[in-house]
Amino acid sequence: MKILVCISKTPDTTAKIAFTDNNTKFVQEGVQWIINPYDEWYALVRAIEIKEKDPSAVIHLVTVGGADTEPIIRKALALGGDEAFRVNKDPQDSFDVAAQIAAIASQNGYDLILTGKETIDYNNSSTGGMVAAILDLPYISLATKLDLAGNTATLNREIEGGEETVEVNLPIVVSCQKGMAEARIPNMRGIMAARTKPLKVVEPVANEVKAEVVRYELPPAKAGVKLVSADHPEELVRLLHEEAKMI
Amino acid sequence: MSVLIFIDHSDGTIKKNSFEALSYGAALASKMGVEAAGLLLGTVNTDLASLGQYGVTKIYQVNNESLNQLDAQVYSKLITDAVNQTGAKLLVFSNNLTGKSTAPMAAAKLKAGLVSGAVALPDLSEGFVVKKNVFSGKAFAYVSLKTDVKVIAINPNAYTIQTGEGKAEVLQLDIAVPERKVKVTATHKVAGKVPLGEAELVVSGGRGLKGPENWGMIEELADLLGAATACSRAVADVHWRPHHEHVGQTGLAIAPNLYIAIGISGAIQHLAGVNRSKVIVVINKDPEAPFFKAADYGIVGDAFEVVPKMIEAVKKLKAS
Ligand SMILES: Cc1cc2nc3c(=O)[nH]c(=O)nc-3n(C[C@H](O)[C@H](O)[C@H](O)COP(=O)(O)OP(=O)(O)OC[C@H]3O[C@@H](n4cnc5c(N)ncnc54)[C@H](O)[C@@H]3O)c2cc1C
Ligand SMILES: Nc1ncnc2c1ncn2[C@@H]1O[C@H](COP(=O)(O)O)[C@@H](O)[C@H]1O
Repeated sequence: MKILVCISKTPDTTAKIAFTDNNTKFVQEGVQWIINPYDEWYALVRAIEIKEKDPSAVIHLVTVGGADTEPIIRKALALGGDEAFRVNKDPQDSFDVAAQIAAIASQNGYDLILTGKETIDYNNSSTGGMVAAILDLPYISLATKLDLAGNTATLNREIEGGEETVEVNLPIVVSCQKGMAEARIPNMRGIMAARTKPLKVVEPVANEVKAEVVRYELPPAKAGVKLVSADHPEELVRLLHEEAKMI
Repeated sequence: MSVLIFIDHSDGTIKKNSFEALSYGAALASKMGVEAAGLLLGTVNTDLASLGQYGVTKIYQVNNESLNQLDAQVYSKLITDAVNQTGAKLLVFSNNLTGKSTAPMAAAKLKAGLVSGAVALPDLSEGFVVKKNVFSGKAFAYVSLKTDVKVIAINPNAYTIQTGEGKAEVLQLDIAVPERKVKVTATHKVAGKVPLGEAELVVSGGRGLKGPENWGMIEELADLLGAATACSRAVADVHWRPHHEHVGQTGLAIAPNLYIAIGISGAIQHLAGVNRSKVIVVINKDPEAPFFKAADYGIVGDAFEVVPKMIEAVKKLKAS
């Protein structure tokens, strides 16, 4: 069983969002960078659980990014990856990320490629599907459960208004979300071991830009809350009906 | 040159999000002076010609029941073929769960630039620039698409459905349907309720409600308003509510017209999933609860006293 887990770097969930240079650049000062929560808590931890059951399984990690992503990759190795690839490029768009990951995947041949459901900065939710399309593999998005028996995977995935259970033969691409696994923290042994695990830097394959962020914008500030007395909730109902016209 | 809009459906019914996508695609087509058409994979109980009311002149269908369940690999192949056959240059999806699965696959196959999570019509004054949500609703990005064929996935509830007169011509597409590799063995739908992702009104509860036995008033208020119910992660984590109700950074991101938060503190990770709501109402006994900063209306008070009174007032309103 060979598993590839796609790891991305995102600002911490509580980071202050601000822009500079005519709103073209995200202000990085004071921002703490983390492994994108979906990649860490769900995709990576599920891969580790699979390996715990089947010690012959191998977990590779891949990130597309500059040298500044290495602390994130090391942390992921500390949690439990076996070796990592860093494709040395600040990705231009989702397709670029996917093309780089697909290139690594076609060289190594994985049974399972796991991504997070989305990155919490760009919220594209696109990379997994694009990797699947480039490699022409089945794609199971928004999975909440993944079990393996031989060559067959059984998954639960979120659909509009509920969930469905699906069966599919490997190899597959899966995007992972809550339910898949429980978050873990790296232990000392893992952190020590991670220092000597291979982290290979590979050069990117060529790609043409397809989508480019030209500028950012912050939403207009809220006007402020209109408070209603707790003794008169009917006044709130009236406002929602007559003023906000919501009910 | 035309705009092709993917129509999502389940159990024979076209999803509301698809009416939004059709309206969006039709508006985009008229802005560009081209035609808009819908694409339906599978079968539905709706008269397809009637979809003309959303501004499309044609509906293409691949009439095959095996397509009534999602397989993104199969869907994206058929969509790609349909784009090539119809000569469409723009492909529009709802960025709902089906769209999140299918749009990126179709975009990659077409080598087309994709904007997922769009919130407005493109600006065509300098190229083709689409506004989208980023940083979990805390900001917007303007994305310029550079490719000949372009794909847009419009966020649920971001574009208002527009109807008019008109019938669409229904055309069958003759495309070979590949065999699906993903077999659906069971579905677990929450019956009879408004799906959270599509809901215009949402009533949500947090740890302030003390226990699952107290959700009766949340459900009663939601039922009265025709709203869906949601909850904070803290509540889903202790299994007071099913996890598909959990909204926020790690749960579902929603953008209803009205979000009523009861006994929820308003942690930044919770706000990340709900801050795109048009109007936010907060009921919390702590005046310092951070949620009030993001709210439009609020009551500082005990939910167990306030909510029953609200229910009475809504009943009166509905009766009047
Ligand atoms: C990386 C990360 C991701 C996360 N993702 C999410 C997410 O997706 N969604 C999410 O919701 N959380 C998420 N969280 C957790 C989040 O930080 C909060 O812990 C959580 O939202 C708190 O839930 P709560 O507001 O229900 O509970 P609490 O924080 O315990 O707040 C309860 C509130 O109820 C009020 N209250 C108490 N009694 C009453 C009463 N009788 N009447 C009225 N009000 C009352 C209190 O004043 C308080 O404000 C995440 C955390 C992390 C670190
Ligand atoms: N630069 C990257 N390197 C490696 N994996 C990535 C990168 N960006 C995104 N991913 C993966 O793709 C998932 C979805 O990201 P996105 O499509 O950008 O929302 C993430 O959760 C990661 O698993």
